[in-house]
This record gives sequence, C-alpha cells and structure tokens, in this order.
Amino acid sequence: MSNEPRGTRAPLSRWAEGAFLRQGPCAPWGTAVAVPRDRFGDVAVSIIDSLRRARSLATRLRSASLVLCLALLAAGCRFPILDPSGPIAAREKQLILISTALMLLVVVPVIVMALLFAYLYRASNKRPHSMPDWARSNAIEAVVWIVPLLIVVALGSLAWTTTHALDPYRALEHDGETLEIDVVALDWKWLFVYPDQNIASVNEVVFPVDTPVHFNITSDTVMNSFFIPGLAGQIYAMAGMRTELSLIASEPGTFGGMSANYSGAGFSGMRFRARATSPDEFEAWTREVAASGRPLDEAAYERLAQEKANAPVIHYAPGNPDLLQSLIDKYRHTPPPKTTGSPEH
Amino acid sequence: MNAIFGKLTLEALPLDQVVTMTAVGLALLAALGVAAAITYYGRWYWLWAEYITSVDHKKIGIMYILLGLVMLLRGFTDAAMMRIQQSMALAPNPGYLPPHHYDQIFSVHGVIMIFFVTMPLVVGLMNIVVPLQIGARDVAFPFLNSLSFWLTFSGAMLVNASLVFGEFAKTGWAAYPPLSELAFSPDVGVDYYIWSLQIAGVGTLLTGVNFLTTILRMRAPGMKMMRMPIFTWTTFCTNVLIVAAFPILTVTLALLGLDRYVGTHFFTNDGGGEQMMYVNLFWAWGHPEVYILVLPAFGVFSEVVATFSGKPLFGYKSLVWATIAITFFSFVVWLHHFFTMGAGASVNAFFGIATMIIAVPTGVKMFNWLFTMLGGRVRFAVPMLWTIGFIVTFTIGGMTGVLLAMPGADFVLHNSLFLVAHFHNTIIGGVVFGMFAGLNYWFPKAMGFRLSEPLGKASFWCWLIGFYLAFMPLYVLGFMGMTRRLNSYDNPDWQPWLVLAAFGAAIIAVGIACSILQIVYSIWKRDELRDHTGDPWDGHTLEWATSSPPPIYNFAEVPRVTEIDAWANMKVDGGGMFVRSTPYYDIHMPRNTAIGFLIGIFSIGLGFGLVWYIWWMVAVSAVAMLSVLLYRLFWEDIAYIIPAATVKDIEMQRLEEIGQS
Repeated sequence: MSNEPRGTRAPLSRWAEGAFLRQGPCAPWGTAVAVPRDRFGDVAVSIIDSLRRARSLATRLRSASLVLCLALLAAGCRFPILDPSGPIAAREKQLILISTALMLLVVVPVIVMALLFAYLYRASNKRPHSMPDWARSNAIEAVVWIVPLLIVVALGSLAWTTTHALDPYRALEHDGETLEIDVVALDWKWLFVYPDQNIASVNEVVFPVDTPVHFNITSDTVMNSFFIPGLAGQIYAMAGMRTELSLIASEPGTFGGMSANYSGAGFSGMRFRARATSPDEFEAWTREVAASGRPLDEAAYERLAQEKANAPVIHYAPGNPDLLQSLIDKYRHTPPPKTTGSPEH
Repeated sequence: MNAIFGKLTLEALPLDQVVTMTAVGLALLAALGVAAAITYYGRWYWLWAEYITSVDHKKIGIMYILLGLVMLLRGFTDAAMMRIQQSMALAPNPGYLPPHHYDQIFSVHGVIMIFFVTMPLVVGLMNIVVPLQIGARDVAFPFLNSLSFWLTFSGAMLVNASLVFGEFAKTGWAAYPPLSELAFSPDVGVDYYIWSLQIAGVGTLLTGVNFLTTILRMRAPGMKMMRMPIFTWTTFCTNVLIVAAFPILTVTLALLGLDRYVGTHFFTNDGGGEQMMYVNLFWAWGHPEVYILVLPAFGVFSEVVATFSGKPLFGYKSLVWATIAITFFSFVVWLHHFFTMGAGASVNAFFGIATMIIAVPTGVKMFNWLFTMLGGRVRFAVPMLWTIGFIVTFTIGGMTGVLLAMPGADFVLHNSLFLVAHFHNTIIGGVVFGMFAGLNYWFPKAMGFRLSEPLGKASFWCWLIGFYLAFMPLYVLGFMGMTRRLNSYDNPDWQPWLVLAAFGAAIIAVGIACSILQIVYSIWKRDELRDHTGDPWDGHTLEWATSSPPPIYNFAEVPRVTEIDAWANMKVDGGGMFVRSTPYYDIHMPRNTAIGFLIGIFSIGLGFGLVWYIWWMVAVSAVAMLSVLLYRLFWEDIAYIIPAATVKDIEMQRLEEIGQS
C-alpha cells in the first residue's frame, strides 16, 4: 500500500486497506464472525460512490491497488473447494486441477495466437499482404481436429474413471464402521435424523473424523441440494425420493453446509453447521442431544415443518428412525417396480 | 367483480413499492416521450405503413433488434440491482431488496436476457441478413414473419406487464417444479412466465419454419449448400434446432400449465407427479437453446474475420462440418445440467463425455478464425474488435464449461457462482459480443449509414473490461463455496469480491450507454456516415452486392452464383452487379398487412386474461385472433407488382450514386 498515490483516498481503497489490516487471516467458513457495523457502512458508501462517480485516472490507480489488496485479502481466506478436508473433496479438487491443466494446452495457444496474429497481420503493418487467397491447408486442418480430439480423449477417460470413483452412491473404502444419517430438507431448514443413535437435530450435523458417513436424503418440500463444500459434492433432495451421499472428514473442524438449489423465499437462510469431531466428542454430543428430552413425534415434526425461515439449532430425542421412509411413502403410494435405478422411487 | 376482473384486484398493483413504481414511472415517461416525438414529427402514419404493418424482412429485422436493445436495458437494470444487493447483503445487513422482490428479479433477468434480448437480436440479424446473403427477395412466408415478430413482442410486453400488475415468477428462470407448482407458488408469477414464453415460443417456432424453408428453397441459382455463406449455414443449423427443440418447451410448459390450471399431477410432489421429468424436458430444450443463440454469433464472427482480414475464410468445409456436428451433439448433452440429481455414474459419464466432444468442433472453429487472420491485413474496425475480444473471452468460457462437464468437478461447482460466471462468460462473451459485432457490421446495410467508430470502440472496451471485472470474481466466489441466487449471506470473505463484481457491472453500464450514444450520434450524423456504395467494408457475400439500404425487392436481377464468396468473385471478375446489360423486369412482392400486428396485440389480451383468470378476456381475444386469421386466409390480393420502369429508375439512381462516390 506504500506506493499508493497521496491525497484524499477514495472510500473503496480505504475500506479495503482497513479490512486487510483489521481482518488478518480470515475466519473459517461458517463460524460466527462478528462484523463491525462501521465496516458495512463503508461498503455501502463505497458502492454508491463507485456506481455514481465517473472515475478519474487517479481513482483508477486506486482501484488497481484495491485489486492488489483483494488478492492479499484472499490469500488469508478459505476456499473450501480448493482447500478440502476430506478424501472425496480432495479428489474432486485434484480432478479440477488436472482437467484445467489439460485444457490449458489448447486454451493458452489460442489466446496467444489470437493476440499475436491480430498484431502481426495488422493492416498498418508495412509487411506485404503475404497470403491474400490462402484459405486451406490439410496439415493445419488435421492438427486442429486431432489435437483437441486427443485432449478430449484424455479428459473423457478421466471423466469415465473419476465419475465412477466419485459416485456419491459408492460406499467408501474404509475399515471403520459407517455412520448412517438421514437428512430431510424442509422449508427452510435441514433435519438430521440419526436412526442408530435414536436422536435428531435441526441445522446441526455432527460426526466423528476418519469415519465413513452415509447420508440418506429426501425432501418434504420443494427440490433442494445438500452440500457441504470442503467435505464432498452435492446431491439433490427431492420429495418422494431418496438420494445418497458418502463422505469422510479427515480433520476435525466446523464446516458451512447449505442448500445449493434455490428453493423459495427463505433459501438464503437454509444453512447448517457440520462439525467433524473426535469420537469422544461425538459420543458426548449424542449424549447431550439424548438428554434434551424433546421427542420428535408427529406433533413436534408438524410444528417444525410449519415454522419457516432461519430456524435455530434444535435437538430431539428420541429421534424417530422411521421418519425418512414414512416421508417417502407419503408421496409414493404405490410400490415402484423393482427395475428402477437410483434415485430410489 | 370476479367475472370482470378475475383474480386481479387493486392489491396486485405495487403502489407501496418505491423501486417498482419508480421503474414503472420512468418506463411510462419514456413511452410518452417517444409518442410525443412521433407526434411532433408527424411520423405516426410512416410508423404504421413502413414498420408496424411491414412484411419486409429488413424492416422486421430492425424491429426485432430494437426490441432486443430495449429489453436489454430492462434485463441489465435487473442485473445491476442484483449486483448491488449482493454487494451489500452481508449479515446482519439484509440489503435493500427483500426476498419477495429479489427472487423475482433474478428470475425475470434470466427470462428477459434469454428470450427477449438475445433471441430477438439473433432473429433480427437473421432477418436482415439471410435473404440478402442467399440472393432472395424476401423470406418464404413474409406474413408469417411479421406474425412471428408481433408474437415475440407481445410475449415481451406480457413480461413487462408483470411489473405493474401482480408479480413475476419467484422460481428462477427454469421454473423447476414443485416450486413452480400451485402448492408452492400460488400467485400469478409463474402464470406470467408460462404464457409469455408460450406466446413468444410460438413466434420463434414459426421463425424456424420460415427460415428453414427460405434457406432450403429460395437460394439464388448456383448457390449450392456448400456455397452458402457461413452466417447462412449457422442460421440454417439454428433453425433446425428451433424446429426440433421449441416444441419440447411448448409441451413442457403446457404440462406445467395443466398442473396449475386444471389440477393434473405431471410434476407435483404427490399424485404420482415426477419433478425429474420436468427437469429433463426443460433442458432437452434448454441445451439446444444455447446453441440456437451462439451458432448465429459464430456465423457473424466468421463473416467479420474474413472481411476484416481481407481474405477468404480459412477451412470453409471444416467450419460447416463443425457447425453440423455441434447441431447434432447439442441434443445429447442435456443431462449435464443436473449431474447432481442422482443418476448413475455411467449415465453421468456418458453425458459428460458427450459434452466434452462438443469442445472439439468448437475448438476447430476457433483455429479456423485464427488462421483466417494469418497472412491477411487485419483492420481493427469495431466488428473486428468484438471478434478478437470474443476469441479470447469465449475460450476461457469454453474451458470452464468443459470443467463443469466433468461430473466429479460438477458435484462441487454446480449451482455455484462458478456456474453463473461460466454461462455469462459464454453468453456475453459469445452471443452478446457476436450481436454487437453483427450490429456494427450490418448496420450500414440495414440503415444506409455506418455507426460511429470512436463510440463503438468505447463501448467495446467498457464491455470487455466490465465483463472481466464483473465475472472473474464470480469464478473465485464459486471456489469459495458461494452458491447462486443468495439474497444475503454471512461470510465476510465473499463481500470484497461481490463489491468488485458490482463495480464491473457499473463499467458494463457505461458500455451500454456508449452503444446507445453511438446509435443516436450516428443517426444525427447520418449524412457524414452515409454508405454510398453498398459495400462499405469490402465484403465477400451477396448482401454487399446491393445498395444500402437495399430496395424493397433487394436485387433487381437475381444474382447467379458460381463459387463461395459470390460477391468477392463478382468484384474480381469486373463490375459484378454494378454493370447491367439485360432489361429490367416487373417484380412481384408481398403486400403489407396489419394482421400480424393485430394477432400479436390480441395475444397480449389472451395471455393477460389467462394469467388473471379473466375468462371473458380470454374468449374475446381468442375469437378475435381466430377471426382476423380467417379473414386473412380468404384474402386473395396479398401481393403487388413493381413495374419494370420503377425498378429501372431506382437502379439508375443507385448507379449514379455509386458513380459519384
């Protein structure tokens, strides 16, 4: 920031600098971060400023420094997709990086050639109009068909193997015993039922690290998408159907979870907290929930389903292990034929 | 009262919403201003006779483009409102748009940009250019063409009506059930969505039929398929896609309509409904739709890059076959829009690989454009700047698209801002850039004068820089786990990037302002910018062989074609269309008619009545539409003759003008 032009500073860059100094390394996603009021005020002012004012050269220089600040700011922030905490998410990240590298083999030459050819053959260049009628070359045609084709063959085989390896329905190879959790999407909250522990929890899901977790997912409302970035991919939650997702957390931590598929007015608040803990802490948590003494009976479920946006964390015990199947049956009166594949009907 | 007004009550008017009422007020003020100007200059009759009732493909094309540009202002305003909301709405601040309003805005933004901005721009360019490029005097069905336009227009008006009367859908532009079903969206928003798209969709389908017939049956003698200009080729493939894909949308929306109006259970949660069927059907139309938009843009870039490099297009045959390959593959990739819906790994992998295969012909096109520049003399006129901007930008969009086609990667990137950044990267970087290139390239042909260069360049640079500033942050936010359509959020890391994106949108706004200014300024200075020759860019294809603007009959004598780039060859052979030895003949042309306009206007009544359950209005509008159509069917006097002497006068005047310049 030292080489920033002196004089009255634009609110935008002042804000960015302030945020950078104040913030330090960013807090992990999902943990509650107290946001100073004045900071929001600065942002609002800066947006209005930047939209209304025509920008002079000096302010443009400042926005360049803003970009620099943003880059620094980002360096301390969390990118859950690129900073995974579980083996599934790690392989998904690896896949993104390999595919991008393969594609850059074509993308970089195209961009370089576009700028280079346009510059070299510009009309103002004194060089003669070298090939005014040149419009075909079998050699070049062969290269431009074959090279992209080869890269797509490589990407395609990668797609085939990884799609099978990362299929969310695939059971994870791990020695530990799998923890089963049923997930119900409601307007606009997530209900987690632990059939084996006979407990249930709203907007908070806890599981031990290094343990395969298997989610059975449905919806008692519109379509949603169950997603914990940083741990695994997402899968839709749909009424009358069961979808599945498996994951393992390889390190303890708190992760933000959400519905990734727009589901109506309260969608933005449809967030939950996913905590990966030590086995002992998990045991302690289940005991704590079991002690809540609030049964998830029909009346309690109805009340929960009616209550709409921004639900707090609520614990239930006993937790109604049959809830998921009964919700699926509610929409599917007739048994489906045996031949249907996933998702289950 | 119900019998008269249906569900429409005074409460449906957003009188208490400041933002909406300001928008309505401004729109009304603008409309009044335009009406006052037309009255002041005494142009009402001219407007009626020359445009509203016109069946001339060039005039219809101009009206399509005007509609697209006006709707661009609305669609962009929605975009800007979303960017401002998201840059503010870090908890505990809720921003200035409550979900009720914000959800309508992102839904209407998508609908308007796809159906009422890019579609009209694409169809408008097609209308102006294709009949000229194939040496035809008009399209195959001129009246149908007028009807298509007015149906598209009324669809757009119905969407705008939702601003004042009631509300628009709060479901996202794809309107997935069960959210779009009556149980979860009981108000009229989704009905506006259904009926505006149904009406505009019929118009688009008729356009498809019309242009397929035109291209197949009305080419100048000697113009074999493999001699057609590339823009005509891409238009041809686009219309194949329209005819094959739009009926799917029509049926899908009809089924959703049945669910909402008569209580069927096609897509409901209960009663045996199947929501996944809607998602499949919607994208079975939706994926071809993106190629319907982008193929004509590819055609524009092909014409522009050849003309402004002063060379024939490199690898013509390759480009044609690449276009055909894309046309075919666009129908076998739809599942990549929902890898996360629980299909098995083999199904997902199949659709992922099919999607990647599309990258091959698209990559080939890129290389063909690059090698067209090689060895040429590249003039950096405005259309060429858009083309180079496109090649760089679209390549990045293509790369992120292939990444999303990888199911394993899509599981973490789907529904995120990465996805939003990707499709804006391809639709803005591909379609919008292409339409601006085409607008600058063919404007002199349609209007008779060029667009101002400096303002065009200013617009290009603002759009380009604004685009990168607005959408690159969204890619980053996707990696940070931010999903789309969020009204508010609690992660402070996201905010700086959203502020940056809002700033980018502001630069795009300057770009749009430059474009408007460019058009207004060029109209003002039209005498200085006049194109006297009809061939201002040293073009290759037949549209440059006639005057700018062309006479109503396009060509006094239908040209004979012996090679690709017919006009370039005629120029080399000496004189081409400029020299005439044969006598002039009478020309048979279709007569103007108000029927298309009337049916379009009545269809607004039909849609509005259906939205609000005003059944008398539905009945009256339907009967009126049918009556005027029947009236037209029994009309025998639908054409007239331009006598040879008049043709001769017009052509002599033109030769004189060319001689002077």
